[in-house]
Amino acid sequence: MKIVVCVSHVPDTASKINIAGDGKSYDKNGLTFVLNPYDEFAIEEALKTKEKFGGEVILLSLGDSLFTESLRKGLAMGADSAILLKSNIYQDSLSVAKALANEIKNIGAEIVFVGKQSVDFDNQVMGQMLAELLSYNSVTVAVSLTIEGNKIISEREIEGGKEVVETSLPVVISAQKGLNEPRYPNLKGIMAAKKKTIEEKDAVVFDNYSEFLGLVRPTSKSAGKLVDSPAELVRLLREEAKVI
Amino acid sequence: MSNKFLVILEQRNGYIKKSSLEAASVSVKIANQLNAGVQAIVLGDKVENFDLIPLTGISEVTFYYNKELSEYSSSAYTSLITKHITDNNFSEIFISNTALGKDLAPRLAAKLDCGLVMDCTTLEIVDNTIIATRPIFAGKMLMKQKLTSAVKVYNLRPNAFGIIEKEPSVVNIDKVEVADVCLSTKTVEVKKNEGKLDVAEADIIVSGGRGMKGPENFNLIENLANELNAAVGASRAVVDAGWRPHAEQVGQTGKTVSPNLYIAVGISGAIQHVAGMRSSKYIVAINKDKDAPIFQIADYGIVADAFEVLPSIIEEVKKIKQ
Repeated sequence: MKIVVCVSHVPDTASKINIAGDGKSYDKNGLTFVLNPYDEFAIEEALKTKEKFGGEVILLSLGDSLFTESLRKGLAMGADSAILLKSNIYQDSLSVAKALANEIKNIGAEIVFVGKQSVDFDNQVMGQMLAELLSYNSVTVAVSLTIEGNKIISEREIEGGKEVVETSLPVVISAQKGLNEPRYPNLKGIMAAKKKTIEEKDAVVFDNYSEFLGLVRPTSKSAGKLVDSPAELVRLLREEAKVI
Repeated sequence: MSNKFLVILEQRNGYIKKSSLEAASVSVKIANQLNAGVQAIVLGDKVENFDLIPLTGISEVTFYYNKELSEYSSSAYTSLITKHITDNNFSEIFISNTALGKDLAPRLAAKLDCGLVMDCTTLEIVDNTIIATRPIFAGKMLMKQKLTSAVKVYNLRPNAFGIIEKEPSVVNIDKVEVADVCLSTKTVEVKKNEGKLDVAEADIIVSGGRGMKGPENFNLIENLANELNAAVGASRAVVDAGWRPHAEQVGQTGKTVSPNLYIAVGISGAIQHVAGMRSSKYIVAINKDKDAPIFQIADYGIVADAFEVLPSIIEEVKKIKQ
C-alpha cells in the first residue's frame, strides 16, 4: 500500500510575524521554520498504518528548497522517501492542490494524510481539495482512524462533539491534534534519514484564482483598566461592557 | 448578466444555525450593494425554524430533503450543492466557517474550479469588486485578497459580521425531494460532548492556564463557566500536560475564537494563545503576575491569585443573576 503524507514548512508558532518590504508578503528573515505541527500527526498516522498493513510512506511537499528540512525530519521519524515539488512563487491553495494531486496520481497512493491545516495561512482546505481533485473519499479534522480491509471508520471533530464517519479506500485523511502522539525522531532514525532520498523536481504551476492584495497588521488592543475587586469586575462586565 | 448569490445554510438537528443566518444577512447586504440577487439553499430531513429566514432579507430558499441528509455527508452535500450552483448559474457563494462550512467550501472550490477565501472577517466593495480580509497566523496578521475566477466562494467567520435584521417579507421555500443520496462518505453517529458548550460556539469563554496549578483546580473554572453559561477553554500548556482535552484548546494550534467575553485565568498570554483569542469583544485577565503579557490586551484585569478571586467572582455573578 502506498501512503502519501503532504507536509508543509512553516514559521514556528512562537514567531512574531512582520510585513516584508513589498507590503504584501511576510518577512521571513529571522524566523525559525518548522515542520507544520498538524503534519506531525499526519506522518505518525501514516507510519502506524504502514506498521499495521505494510507498504511505503512517501512525503510530498510543494515549496522552496528550505522545505527539505521538514522533509528530513519526516524521514527521520520513519518515512521511506520524499518528493519536493519546487516552487518559489505565490500559489493559492487550489493551484497547490492541483500540483500535489498530479503527483499523488503518479505515485498511485491509496491513502493520503495531511495535517488539518498549516499554521501559516490557516486555510484548512488541502485535504478536501485533494480528495475532490483525486475523486477520493475523505475525512477532515480526524481524531481517530480505523482501517478494516477496504473500510474506513474515522471520527471527526465538530462543534460540541464528533461525527463518526464511514467511508472506504482510497481516502484522504486530514489529521487533528488528538489523532495520535507523534514520535520523536531517534538517533537511528536521524542517521537513516541521511541516506534516504529527497527527489526534487519543478512543480507544475496552475493558474491562481485569487489576487493577493497585501497584509495588514490587526489593530492592537490597548491595555484596559486594572480592577481592584471581584465585585467591581462583575459590575463593569454587567454595566459597562454589557456582556453578562 | 447580473450576479446571482447563493448562501448555503446549515441545519443541525433540524434547526438552521445562527452562523448561517449571519452569512445570509451578510450576503444580502453585499448583494444590495452590487445589485445582485440572493437565494439560499439548505439540505436536511426537516427544518423547524424557517420562520427566522425573513429577518435576514432572504426571500427564496431551496430545501433539498431526504432522511439521509439530516447529518452531514461530504459526498452528498458536495454533489448536490455543486449541481445546484452550476444548474442555476450562481456566481458568488457564501457559507459560514463552521465545522461543516470548513469541510464543504474547499470541496466546492475544487469541484467548480474556482477561487475561495476561507474564514473572512470583513468583506468590502471597492470598484464593484469584493475585497476580503482574513486572519492568517491565527490572527497575528490580516491578509487582503480578491478573487478573479468567474465563480467565487466566500467562507465567513461566525460572529464577525452580525445579523442586520430586515423587515420580514414573504419567503418562498422550494422543497425538492432528493431521490438518490450519494453516501460514499456517511456520518453513522454523532457523539456529543455531554452538557458541554464548545469554545467555537460560545458567547462567553472561561479559560484556564498553568496558573491553575493542576487539573483538580479546574472545578473553579468550570463553576464560573456554569454560572455564566460559558464554555471552558484551556491554554496549550495545560492541554499538553494532559489536564484538559484538546477540544478546549484555544490558540494557534487549537481553536481560534471570538466570543463576546473571554476570561483568561492563570494564562500568561503567550503569543500563540493570544493569536487565537485576541478578536474577542471583551477580554478579562486574571493573573498574579502583573507583568504577564495577557494584561496588554485585556479590557479588564485583576492582578491576583486565581484561587483567591475566582470564588468571589462566582459569588458576585450569582448575586447579579438573582
